Amino acid sequence: MNTVIPDRIKIAYRYPARAVGAAGALLMLVSIFLPWAYGTAALDDMSYYGAPSPLQLCFGVLALTVLALLTIPLVGKQRLGKWAKVLAWNTTAKTASITALITAAIAVTSVAVELGGLLNVEIGGWLVIFGGVAAVASTLFLPDSPEPSLDEVKSPKWLQILAIVVLMAVALFAAAFALGQVDAGAFLTFGSFLVAVVMVLRQFGVFGWLGMAAAANNRVLVISAFVVAFLFPFTQNGSNANMSIAAQVLIFAATALGLNIVVGLVGLLDLGYIAFLGAGAFTAAVLSESAYSHFNFHPPFIVTVLISGLVASLLGLIIGAPTLRVSGDYLAIVTLAFGEIFRITMNNLDGNDGPDITNGSNGIPDIPDLNAFGFNFGQPHVILGIDIGRFANYYWLMLLVIALIIVVFTNLNHSRIGRGWVAIREDELAAEAMGVNTFALKLLAFAGGAFLAGVAGAVKAHHDVSVTPDQFIFLESAFLLAAVVLGGMGTVMGVLIGATILKLLPEKLRFFSDYRLLLFGLLMVVMMRFRPEGIVADERRQLEFHAEDEELAEEVEEELITHKAHLNPEREVFEL
Amino acid sequence: MGIPVEEAIKQVQTMDRNVLLDARNVTMQFGGLIAVNDVSLQVHSGEIVGLIGPNGAGKTTFFNCLTGLYKPTFGTVTFDGKPLPPKPRMVVREGMARTFQNIRLFHNMTAIENVMVGMYTRTHTSAIDAVFRLPRHRHEEIASTRRAQELLEFVGLTGVGDTLSRNLPYGDQRRLEIARALATEPKLLLLDEPTAGMNPQETRQAEELIFKIRDLGLAVLVIEHDMRFIFNLCDRVSCLVRGAVLVEGPGEVVQNDPRVIEAYIGSPATPPAPTTDSAGGAADA
Repeated sequence: MNTVIPDRIKIAYRYPARAVGAAGALLMLVSIFLPWAYGTAALDDMSYYGAPSPLQLCFGVLALTVLALLTIPLVGKQRLGKWAKVLAWNTTAKTASITALITAAIAVTSVAVELGGLLNVEIGGWLVIFGGVAAVASTLFLPDSPEPSLDEVKSPKWLQILAIVVLMAVALFAAAFALGQVDAGAFLTFGSFLVAVVMVLRQFGVFGWLGMAAAANNRVLVISAFVVAFLFPFTQNGSNANMSIAAQVLIFAATALGLNIVVGLVGLLDLGYIAFLGAGAFTAAVLSESAYSHFNFHPPFIVTVLISGLVASLLGLIIGAPTLRVSGDYLAIVTLAFGEIFRITMNNLDGNDGPDITNGSNGIPDIPDLNAFGFNFGQPHVILGIDIGRFANYYWLMLLVIALIIVVFTNLNHSRIGRGWVAIREDELAAEAMGVNTFALKLLAFAGGAFLAGVAGAVKAHHDVSVTPDQFIFLESAFLLAAVVLGGMGTVMGVLIGATILKLLPEKLRFFSDYRLLLFGLLMVVMMRFRPEGIVADERRQLEFHAEDEELAEEVEEELITHKAHLNPEREVFEL
Repeated sequence: MGIPVEEAIKQVQTMDRNVLLDARNVTMQFGGLIAVNDVSLQVHSGEIVGLIGPNGAGKTTFFNCLTGLYKPTFGTVTFDGKPLPPKPRMVVREGMARTFQNIRLFHNMTAIENVMVGMYTRTHTSAIDAVFRLPRHRHEEIASTRRAQELLEFVGLTGVGDTLSRNLPYGDQRRLEIARALATEPKLLLLDEPTAGMNPQETRQAEELIFKIRDLGLAVLVIEHDMRFIFNLCDRVSCLVRGAVLVEGPGEVVQNDPRVIEAYIGSPATPPAPTTDSAGGAADA
């Protein structure tokens, strides 16, 4: 897109382009006060004059952003001072217009689909598209800005911490608002709005600065992220539907993080990982006080969790010990088969084909709620006047489990063991020739990851109330792997995002669930082509995917040096 | 009776310095191809031994037999009085480390991380120590970082600890590989063509580095094509041709041996007049 229009024309027409773009942005801004839809049923009711709906207000923010980006530079380079240089005004204006247009198009399309035809799109809807097209077309004529360098601007510590806390608070409200959207079109539109905001901030240089601030105030970031996640149930006002989804997302994310040790850190492809979650779930179900369990041993939950984890990691050792000598495709096939063997075995432990442990395909239903830490997880209760339901309890428990997994993941990664894993990924033969016990390290990753999945499975059994073999089909393994690859192999943040996307979208978009395999497949293909390192890239992984990119190598080196400060072992901290 | 006095003294001296590496009748056969044929070689502690020979003579294959990458078809290798363990990592733990002919660094790790991977067998932080950040993890990390820094300085790589190894210049990558091998705390260092692709000045620096390593009390076994380098450096040189030892002895003996010259250049007096082909081999030497 940068090369389509010659620079000569860009320079000559920059003022007219700015004017047309600003006019387009103004049109978009005006349109939110006009109705977009003829009926009230579409999105969040956009049928009023003069009274924008919440989504229209969100859109107004985008329109205002475009307007501001186009008009503020008109005050001149002198008055802008250093801000003219460190921020990417023109390029961001382009990004903002394009994403605004896409968001508008999604909203208008949703209106048309939900109300049955383009006829139902009102004047505001047409105006916003028109303004958007004008803005996009004109911003293409703006000269490109240089890369933003906001991250090199010195800023006081309080401002950095404030920015992180504000960001987290906004994330909390955005998540609550998104989950509150019942209408599929509204959910999509809001999702697109969020993506637009992220893209604009990134392009403008704010993300570079935030990244710097996050690295400098790592502990503040982690603590505030957990506080926000902890506060989430309070925004739901006792609604169980959303909390159930949230708890499921966390269970899925915890399992994906366990898989990330195997795939992301060591680079082994595991296509049967769901079996470890299943092993944990079945162990916990059998040890629970369910009337359908044939065992009369009901240890307290802490013990159950440990046993579940150990059973899963034992399975990991059994499958890993003979197969980890092969690698690549062979390992993928063996683990794929293992996942199926697990499911079929659980189906056959029904008293006919084998000992009666799992009741075959009926599984173990009626698993009672957890009763641990002197606290019944099934009981709703009121905190600060807000109802906290059953699922919120499990959500908090899973939050604790995830915190544990993140500590294990990060601390292992930044140690002698993590270095060994990277060495194996880079050049296994050289690692072996330098004395690294490659087999033991791979086995450790396999068993360790399985342990974490087993722990998640133990919570899942109680959360889901019943455990059946058909919950652990191959497709689930594929989704776990997709979450890791999509989010970013080897990163915590990326996998959390990837797991959220993959679990949340089908839950919120029912119409989408029929096509989810098709759409996720497409998404994966697109990602592999344009950003194989995932949404959040691990620096080293990024280099592995772009082996030829010398410039990237220099950049990564700088980043590694800046990040090194908080990996310094002489600093006595409990890093997350 | 007939042995000259000097010779006898020399033998006694050699016996005094204990034999570190003792390879006897090593044969490596790949199907019908005999890559290494009945090679015996001894390396004493504190000695620099050179291994030369034309391309394809089996030098690197012999190296792989010594470091546990290949298991010799026949023959025994004894290291430090014990039979050689079967796995490369066990060989490293016994005290033998190597570099590779084509550099095999961990390219996306920094220089210091590369060296720290080399310390793997000499450190003991377990998964539990790492997860709970127990004192052992912290102490070992601090000690390893310092030691790695010292090793980088020792091989002449000051101030590049945080550079990704792929961003280092070629000569520095060779040095880094040596630093990584030294990090395993070896008694014997095996260098596979350490000066390949270096200019004369870099070669001289490499020579100094190897002398410095010897002065630490390490034995060095080095494969090389650069004859001036090898005869400057080595106490003893062994010449391998077509998988078998042709000559073994002090540098000047091997250098002047007509069979060695023939192996590299071809025989000088072969009638009819020497062809241009034989000149091609000389470039190798």
